[in-house]
Amino acid sequence: MSIVTVQLGQCGNQIGHEVFSALCSDIRGTHGLCSKKENESYQDSCKERFFCQEQSAVPIARAVLVDMEPKVISQTLSMAARSGHWKYNSHSHFCQKQGSGNNWANGYCVHGPRHKEAIMNLVQREAEKCDRLGGFFTIMSMAGGTGSGLGAFVTQCLRDAFPTSFLLNHVIWPYGTGEVIVQNYNSVLTLSHLYHSADALLVHENDVIHKICSQLMNIKQISFRDVNRVIAHQLGSVFQPTHTAGGGSGYSRNPLGDLLETLVPHPEFHMLGLRNIPQMAESSLPYSTFSWPGLLKHLRQMLIANAPMEEGIDWQVRPPHPGSCIPSTNKPLHFNTSIANLVILRGKDVHGVDLGSFQDPSLYTSWLNPQDAFNAWKTPRAFNKYEKSAALVSNSQFLLKPLDSIIGKAWNMFASKAYLHQYTKFGIQEEDFLDCFTTLEQVVSSYTNL
Amino acid sequence: AVSLPFAVGQCGNQVGCRFWDLALREHAAVNKKGIYDEALSSFFRNVDTRVVCLLTEFKFFPFSKALLIDMEEGVVNEILQGPLRDVFDGKQLITDVSGSGNNWAVGHKIYGCQYRENIVEKLRKAAEHCDCLQCFFIIHSMGGGTGSGLGTFVLNLLEEEFPEAYRFVTSVYPSGEDDVITSPYNSVLAMKELNEHADCVLPIENESLFEIVNKIHQMINSGKLGSTVKQNSLVTSSAGSAKTLQEKPFDAMNNIVANLLLNLTSSARFEGSLNMDLNEISMNLVPFPRLHYLVSSLTPLYTLADVNVPSRRLDQMFSDAFSRDHQLIQADPKHSLYLACALLVRGNVQVSDLRRNIERLKPSLHFVSWNQEGWKTGLCSVPPVGHSHSLLALANNTCVKPTFIELKDRFMKLYKKKAHLHHYLQIDGMEQSCFSEAISSLSDLIEEYNELDATKGGPRIDASRLKIAV
Repeated sequence: MSIVTVQLGQCGNQIGHEVFSALCSDIRGTHGLCSKKENESYQDSCKERFFCQEQSAVPIARAVLVDMEPKVISQTLSMAARSGHWKYNSHSHFCQKQGSGNNWANGYCVHGPRHKEAIMNLVQREAEKCDRLGGFFTIMSMAGGTGSGLGAFVTQCLRDAFPTSFLLNHVIWPYGTGEVIVQNYNSVLTLSHLYHSADALLVHENDVIHKICSQLMNIKQISFRDVNRVIAHQLGSVFQPTHTAGGGSGYSRNPLGDLLETLVPHPEFHMLGLRNIPQMAESSLPYSTFSWPGLLKHLRQMLIANAPMEEGIDWQVRPPHPGSCIPSTNKPLHFNTSIANLVILRGKDVHGVDLGSFQDPSLYTSWLNPQDAFNAWKTPRAFNKYEKSAALVSNSQFLLKPLDSIIGKAWNMFASKAYLHQYTKFGIQEEDFLDCFTTLEQVVSSYTNL
Repeated sequence: AVSLPFAVGQCGNQVGCRFWDLALREHAAVNKKGIYDEALSSFFRNVDTRVVCLLTEFKFFPFSKALLIDMEEGVVNEILQGPLRDVFDGKQLITDVSGSGNNWAVGHKIYGCQYRENIVEKLRKAAEHCDCLQCFFIIHSMGGGTGSGLGTFVLNLLEEEFPEAYRFVTSVYPSGEDDVITSPYNSVLAMKELNEHADCVLPIENESLFEIVNKIHQMINSGKLGSTVKQNSLVTSSAGSAKTLQEKPFDAMNNIVANLLLNLTSSARFEGSLNMDLNEISMNLVPFPRLHYLVSSLTPLYTLADVNVPSRRLDQMFSDAFSRDHQLIQADPKHSLYLACALLVRGNVQVSDLRRNIERLKPSLHFVSWNQEGWKTGLCSVPPVGHSHSLLALANNTCVKPTFIELKDRFMKLYKKKAHLHHYLQIDGMEQSCFSEAISSLSDLIEEYNELDATKGGPRIDASRLKIAV
């Protein structure tokens, strides 16, 4: 099954490009460490999912690029073409000239309706090229105006036009100390709207990725390109083909569906966080060896202690004692309760790996069987030069604190009425803001009381 | 997206002239192939592909999309006879002969009325050449008659004819020693218009420009530093541009303002990892409609000829942007209250450099309680000519207040004695109420800043959140 990616705004397009680059470079690599047959099966599966070959010599990404100003799309298209290994369809993009001015209302109320037809036509065309449509993956930031506002509108349109397709939004959360002054308003508006339309939100926080770049990758002068590459690597480690348990011998044919089925048992809870291990500078790779027990021990503690990466983990955090009925307010401090988790293992010796520690019932809320709350996907095919790598997609309290912080800042600003005239000018009123705050306070409350 | 600049009056046109010159120089440096491209389309239109532009070796003729307006011919004529003459065509000019006599009312009421249709027509024509008109720039001074009066008339006109486009105004405010006695009247009358009809105002004071020019002269002539300065990197210099003959006294100062505008629009014209368009500046820096006065600073003022830039020089650039002596008005943002701050960086600077410096400088700055992390940032890959990197800082900060208070004081000194008032009141359409409304508008603005200042240093009280029934 194929996934159609919709890249929205500057961030969405910059990341989208890195994702397709990473996927392509991974399948072209000779580091698979597995049998030739396995490798070919992996490559074919990846290509079917993300690329279209047609008569072209070079795979064409199944993507629609949308932005309200031309520079980024133009750069993205040419960078892809220059790689010589893949490219975008030269017609699958839509852009305007004037941008959205970091104004969510402008993106949602003005650009959205105005350009709905043109954008949805492009999406329809990409969808039709797929033998079997596996769903949509949108990439956007929530801080700006286009990705956030127009992105929210397009998500709704996708939901309306393809009611039975899976819809996963990849959302980038901005640095806490501003990239955009009104980012908290834009974030609140985006998240509350997406919550109603999307099947799930897969979140990356810039602050977290930045730490990975500086502490694990040892990059001195970190650029957005570096940040985007780490994000692309993490996404690749989730979306590259795997065998699901009991899925037969072939690679999973329904990645989005499988993901959502394992991780989103209840529509009220669909914010997903992502962790990945190991992560290091490429130059260090040849000198490192990994063991599965070691990797998984770290990954599990990253889950429990809500650590962003394998360094600086708080090993003191422990799950509550099994069997004891502790109300959430009395749970150990900083303990991250999960609803459901998915671990994806890639590389050498995956089949014998013991994942029992992730099935510990004390990690989870009481309302799912631990067998249902935890799933594992595996492939012996190594990803992106890492001999062994593990990814964790988690529906847990990972994002509770950052979400709460964003709402708090937005609310403070809202209480002073600052910047509201910029939104009312384009059609978002104070009552609309209040509705959004209410939705998100509800989400916070739900996740807090796990 | 396109911005349409208007230069109105003598000061406006002199600055404008430097702006066009330096804009061409910048695009020529970036655009090696000499082909008309998207970046150029912000300010120039492609008129005649057969003719090679001698100024820049562009293989086409860059025609500026601006409008030049002056009620005296001197400055505009000079432009038309100078090396930039081919960049403008007659249809973009509106001139008269007698000037406005340093009288806002003459500029606003008389010439405004007289030239209204002419201006609207030329405006519409100019807009036709624009693929997507996003923003208007007005460049003028506040103290005289044409720039001040007719300039603000044009501002009103733009709001009526193109209500959706943003109106950015670069206003040169008169100093206390201004030789135009009635400059306080002209300025306050113009301020009312700016309060009501501009989206963003970048006030500039000649004193600050003058001090910067002096600072640079001293540095060059001190002989202290071992390395030499790259001439074309001076924020005050015209080196490498079309202007070859003797520098006029205001050229160095006007170059600073021209560079301000170039940096302001750089992210809209050139690519970068985090674009910052003009409509984003307006969105993020104007929390309340009337509080739209932005204090600007440009760093570095020059580049030394040695190429390597250790990161402490980079950090120094950020520190300088917040120092008193780099601001383009007489103001000290560090000791006043920030409502919002924007940093637009050009060149080889990455997000980690930005973050490091924001973290470093934040503790010494005071931000209003509801915008503690109020930073808007932009990264443009293309540096200005002669530099490897540069920074434009825009602050919505209560430090503009003293400038306005002084202006008000100077106004009241004259107004109390009704000095020179008759020159204004005898103009058709002018009444005493124009003055009282104008000073009232200014007073209200000052009061808004006072109220904000009163909150500075107070306890931070977070508004209580919505409670959800569990």
